[in-house]
Parts: sequence; C-alpha cells; structure tokens
Amino acid sequence: MSNPVFERIQADITENPVVLYMKGTAMFPQCGFSARVVQILMHMGVKFKGVNVLEDPGLREGIKQFTNWPTIPQLYVKGEFVGGCDIVTEMFQSGELASLLTEKGVAFKPAVA
Amino acid sequence: MAMSAGEIEALIRAALPDAQVTIEDLRGDGDHYAATVVSAAFRGKSRVQQHQMVYAALQGRMGGALHALALQTSPPQD
Repeated sequence: MSNPVFERIQADITENPVVLYMKGTAMFPQCGFSARVVQILMHMGVKFKGVNVLEDPGLREGIKQFTNWPTIPQLYVKGEFVGGCDIVTEMFQSGELASLLTEKGVAFKPAVA
Repeated sequence: MAMSAGEIEALIRAALPDAQVTIEDLRGDGDHYAATVVSAAFRGKSRVQQHQMVYAALQGRMGGALHALALQTSPPQD
C-alpha cells in the first residue's frame, strides 16, 4: 500500500507545521480560492509552506484522495487537515483559526486590534 | 458540464433527506454556486466531516462537473 505521492504528502505535513496545497504560488496564486487562503495566512503572519499542485498532476489528484476532499486549496496544520477555502474563511472570521494555531503551538502575529 | 441548482439540491436531499438546502447561483452561469445545508445528520460532526458528507452526496461531481460550490453547513439550531 506504499504510494509515493501519499508518502511525500505525509512527509511534508509532518515536517512543516503549516502546509497549504494550492494552485499557483504564495506570490502568484492562480485561483481565487487559493489566493483567499494565502491572504488570510499572510494577514495573520503565519509562516507556511505553499505547495503548487499545478506543477505536479500526480500530486494534484493524490492530495484529493489523501484528504478525501475534492478541491484545492487544502490547509494542513501540524499534520491535521483543517479545511478548504470556505472552512478556513469561516474559522478566520470567528477567531477559531487563531485559537487552533495557538492550541497547536504555531507562532503567528496576532491581528492588530 | 455545468449543473443546475435543482440537480445539486436533489443529490444533497437524496443523501440527507431532512436537509434544508438553499442554493444561490452566484454568477448565473450554472457553475459557481453557494449552498447552505442544514441537517440533523451534522450533529456532533466537525466542519470537515459535514462538508465531506455533502461532497459524498454529490458523488464525485464536486471539482468536476461542479467547479465551485461555496459550502456552509450546520445542524439545525434549537
């Protein structure tokens, strides 16, 4: 049951506290949904590893199967799937994203009140 | 490739018969929708699990025939 794509994803989300699977790069997102999550993370001052699935068709399909989630972007914090654009946006607006990051021990710059 | 709001609603209702489904066609192009789904089946489930249940109801169309479906899910308030 060894699947090289799954192994790579597992290694990525284990080694990096915050990983965003996205279309395009953090500097040049190529999809509005990916851009929105990048914007939220940058606004919160969260350091993350962006993985551009458009560069790798195997990964683009693999991440959907790995997470059992049909769309990109996908945000992982400390190896755990947090959600796609809708959930991340909802959690950001309600303050749950900040609580989650604090709880998981991920450093970020608290929003200026 | 596009789907009608009625088709989306029917698929969700088939899997979650008690669901209250509200669908908005965001651009009028049959391709970008926002859906709110309220169902007792969501009780005790995380948001990720709730969305996964809706995606399962759509039987693989999400990300395929259905390009964009902004989702909001919750159990009924009582």
